[in-house]
Amino acid sequence: MSEIKNIRDQFISKLENDLSIDQINEIKTDLFGKNGLISSKFKTIGSIPETDRKKFASDLNQVKDELQNLITSKINEIEGKKINEKLEKEKVDITLPERPFVRGKVHPVSQTIDEISSIFSEIGFSVEEGPDVENEYNNFTALNTPDNHPARDMHDTFYLDENKEVLLRTHTSPVQIRTMLKDKPPFKIIAPGRTYRSDSDQTHAPMFHQVEGLHIDTNINMGHLKGCLNYFIKEFFEVEKIKMRFRPSHFPFTEPSAEVDIGYEIKDGKIIIGEGDKWLEILGCGMVHPNVLKNVKVDPSKYQGYAFGIGIDRLAMLKYGINDLRAFFDCDYRWLNHFGFDPLDVPSNYRGLSR
Amino acid sequence: MKITYDWLKDHLKISAKEDKLLEKLTDIGLEVESIENLSEGLDLFRVAKIIKTEKHPNADRLKVCDVDLGNNEIKKVVCGAANAREGLLTVYAPPGAIIPKNKTKLVVAKIRDVTSYGMLCSESELNLSDESDGITELSSLKYAKNIGKSYFSKPSSNLIDLSITPNRPDCLGVRGIARDLSAAGFGNLKPEKDKKIKSNRKQTLKVKITKEKNQGCFSFGSCLITNVKNTESPQWLKDKLISIGQKPISAIVDITNYVMIDINRPLHAYDADKIDKGIIVRNSKSGEEFTALDNKNYKLDDEMCVISDNKGVLGLGGIIGGTRSGTELDTINVLLESAYFDPRSIRKTAKKLNIDTDAKFRFERGIDQLSIEDGLNKAAFLIKEICGGEISKIDIQKIESYKNKIIKFEPKTFEKITGFKISNKEMIIILEKLGFKIKKEKKFFKLLVPSWRPDIVQEIDIVEELVRISGYEKIKIENPIKERSKNTLNQTQKLFHFLQRAVASKGYLEAITWSFTDSKYNDHFKETNKEIKIVNPISSELGVLRNSIFSNLVMYMSKNLDRGIKDLSIFEIGPIFYGSKPGEQNTVVCGLSAGKKSRLSWIEQERNIDVFDIKRDVIQTLVEAGYNAEKFYIDDESPNYYHPGKSGRIFLNKGKDNAAAYFGEIHPNIIKTLDIKSESLVGFEIFLDNLKLPKKSLKDQKTKYSVSDFQKSERDFAFIVDKKISVQDIVSVISNIDKNLISNIKVFDVYEGDNIPENQKSVAVSVTIQSLEKTLTDNDLEKTNNLIIETVENKTGAKIRS
Repeated sequence: MSEIKNIRDQFISKLENDLSIDQINEIKTDLFGKNGLISSKFKTIGSIPETDRKKFASDLNQVKDELQNLITSKINEIEGKKINEKLEKEKVDITLPERPFVRGKVHPVSQTIDEISSIFSEIGFSVEEGPDVENEYNNFTALNTPDNHPARDMHDTFYLDENKEVLLRTHTSPVQIRTMLKDKPPFKIIAPGRTYRSDSDQTHAPMFHQVEGLHIDTNINMGHLKGCLNYFIKEFFEVEKIKMRFRPSHFPFTEPSAEVDIGYEIKDGKIIIGEGDKWLEILGCGMVHPNVLKNVKVDPSKYQGYAFGIGIDRLAMLKYGINDLRAFFDCDYRWLNHFGFDPLDVPSNYRGLSR
Repeated sequence: MKITYDWLKDHLKISAKEDKLLEKLTDIGLEVESIENLSEGLDLFRVAKIIKTEKHPNADRLKVCDVDLGNNEIKKVVCGAANAREGLLTVYAPPGAIIPKNKTKLVVAKIRDVTSYGMLCSESELNLSDESDGITELSSLKYAKNIGKSYFSKPSSNLIDLSITPNRPDCLGVRGIARDLSAAGFGNLKPEKDKKIKSNRKQTLKVKITKEKNQGCFSFGSCLITNVKNTESPQWLKDKLISIGQKPISAIVDITNYVMIDINRPLHAYDADKIDKGIIVRNSKSGEEFTALDNKNYKLDDEMCVISDNKGVLGLGGIIGGTRSGTELDTINVLLESAYFDPRSIRKTAKKLNIDTDAKFRFERGIDQLSIEDGLNKAAFLIKEICGGEISKIDIQKIESYKNKIIKFEPKTFEKITGFKISNKEMIIILEKLGFKIKKEKKFFKLLVPSWRPDIVQEIDIVEELVRISGYEKIKIENPIKERSKNTLNQTQKLFHFLQRAVASKGYLEAITWSFTDSKYNDHFKETNKEIKIVNPISSELGVLRNSIFSNLVMYMSKNLDRGIKDLSIFEIGPIFYGSKPGEQNTVVCGLSAGKKSRLSWIEQERNIDVFDIKRDVIQTLVEAGYNAEKFYIDDESPNYYHPGKSGRIFLNKGKDNAAAYFGEIHPNIIKTLDIKSESLVGFEIFLDNLKLPKKSLKDQKTKYSVSDFQKSERDFAFIVDKKISVQDIVSVISNIDKNLISNIKVFDVYEGDNIPENQKSVAVSVTIQSLEKTLTDNDLEKTNNLIIETVENKTGAKIRS
């Protein structure tokens, strides 16, 4: 026993010295090599008297484990030190810029269209589309705006032929006509898209965006119209309450017709929607005129309902504080970057319309 | 339509405040567009007396005047008027005053080195008359005591500008507005108290309306007033016109204007002595000419409704009179016209000749056919009162009589449309106040529509009147039901939204540009498409519909480069047009990328953006949209606006459908011609209409999941092959050898030059060989290896490089 203990004590004190890996490996060989001290002791187990053998073996194993662990930890310690020294040399200035990346943006009008679609989707509207080039009939006549109607003056129309039969649609309302001619009632659609009027100044662009709404069924009245728009405006501007005013107006294709204003105020140079004592016109609407229904072969004694048209660009301007309509179409990268949306910002009703 | 509260009160008994009026007007559909206080700042204009004038030291035509403003207040004013003289009483405007005519604000100014404190004003500058020759001359009798006091007596009431919708001609007269207000419970409409003409004198000028096709005049009323003395209007009349921003001219003209605005009855006054024999209302003949009161000469087409005499055209009925028969200050005999013209005819003529007048604006919307006599009565008496003279009997010629309109109205229709109820009693009160005559039948009302409401023709029009007057705030909100029976978007629409965001996520800024463009740009990109011209473009730079989005995108890219940005990717998703018929359009995603990758990066090598960058963007977008890249087929037959050697087309399936996309460098000639300053310009177009929609939805698209855990082996091959053989072909040959064994083929080197024969290239590919069923033996691998070499050599003429 004392011999084993001697070996142990001797080597533990040896291992306490500042050793190199090589020196440790030497010690390791001295102890556990083929003829190492510990290895040799194991070979003698057979010659130990039976009565002492168990204890001897147990003591020997204990010392072996102890020394082995000590050697391993000593090696780890040294290697760890070495790695740390190496890593210290590898240190980079982590404040250097990352590898370059690019970031695209979605145009605020596109984002607004997606927001609008998401809101109307919740209450059962589906999206319809129509062509940008329209015939005179769908754009005016079918919408109860015959030739020589003064209301046509309100639309400065771009024409594609001298006879004024083909034009760039002045509103999204012809999609109403196309939809109703194509399908059977009930109808519950929105139709966002490009519209055109030959009007160009600070507040008018020759191209702009509208979303049309149409809901026709057997019992749809002005209360539903009010409810639908009230819901939409609240959802769109993401406010609890909205001050909204329905005001009589005139459109040839709806009767009764209304324009809708929302309340706003200017606080610290910023427009606040929904409160205040100023009014801002944001859309036109009304009950679809019986003449329009007749034109699309829908029986006005059975079916009735509402339609509305909203300026999308205007909504985007109000919601996102954009002052200049012209800039929407100017394609200045600084503007697109500033007002554009991350493509991952898909408006949805569970994650919210906007971040 | 401009009105004042004061004028409204001529017709309306009311005491409410003005803000209540404004609210009510808007509530009943007569939208208040703006309010203007015309008298604001007018108190600054003072009566002044010139006490001394001296010649300006540096200008012959200018004078330096000392102006007395009372209480010893003397100002020096430089004045150019010839009539500025000592002792004259005139109107002085101090610095800070705003001149009514041109809205400029006066400042202390040095005029040729002499300081002028304010200005002496002409009548024209004060909007009092057209007199701009010299400064205002005030009667010293009347104004001597007023020196220093405000010239404008009392502040006039606010000018209210209403936006009257085109269906409401009746509200183009003050009385019509008053009637609407009274129906809505805002005041009571005063009864008309105009006298009727009782005269024994005959109207001696013969009037004839010819009976011909498309005659635009249905009836023509007239009245002759003889021995008048046309003069300046009395103050009340001037004030009235000035209060709504009009300029008084002469009594006769002012009276016709006043009647038009007051009761929406356009009139025309002729100098009867200038009419040759009598009046003939007829259709014009092509080529006829006349000079109108706007001093323009008009050449007429066929079938325009003209008022004429023996000598020819006097005026365009209901649109504009002519200079030949206009009234002047020396007019002695006046013929007053009060007629009814067909709105369609008016509109057609005015549009053709591009004339816009107050009369035309009213007639094209529809004038009360029964107001002919009222207008003549009102105007004739005023003329007699102001200008003296004798009034003749009224003469009315007509070829068509007014027909009463009767509408059957079921009261329950109201609730059906509006969703709320009002009592029959309430309905009757409103309709009666609006001028309807009502006969109650069992289930419905029989309504006689007032003659001033051409817009009311059917039941729904009655509903509108009732809901408008009772108030839209009474409509109850019905909350929408959150229920969906149909998908919000169809497959195409989903694809549109997906592609939009997929491209944006690759670093592209989304632009929205006009659907029209400059033909100068479009010509580069239209290929064989025909140019689609807009007949009436906003400018020649926006004269054609775009045949390609590139036309706009390239232009805006160039503008952005000029702004100083160097590396930029933009895209647009929208329509392009291939014909001018509805529907002859395609939806395209078009992207454009300029400049370098990793410009000025400390870590990455900078390089020009190239065709393989743009190819990645397109392929990745298509793959993300759900299309299988393994089936894509690419060729190099791209349109001419791309670099002929560095561009291509992508097909979703070889030999099927149209090209899904083009991509490549923009042709260097175009870059040069359009002077685009960038190291590199690459673009792509994805054609949504050529993308076949997946038949299965995503949930059904996933195939069975099967992977192999058997050992895989990667083998490299280098082939020497003719330059013309595309890498796509080599890869396709290898992948078709055994789809069960060969999975991943990577092209890791392409080389031409030293050690490679001319017109040949070396293509090195790495092929992954793996079985789904077993571990492949060396023998198996060797067999596959040889098969690959053999097949590629046979099919492409390649030689394996040893």
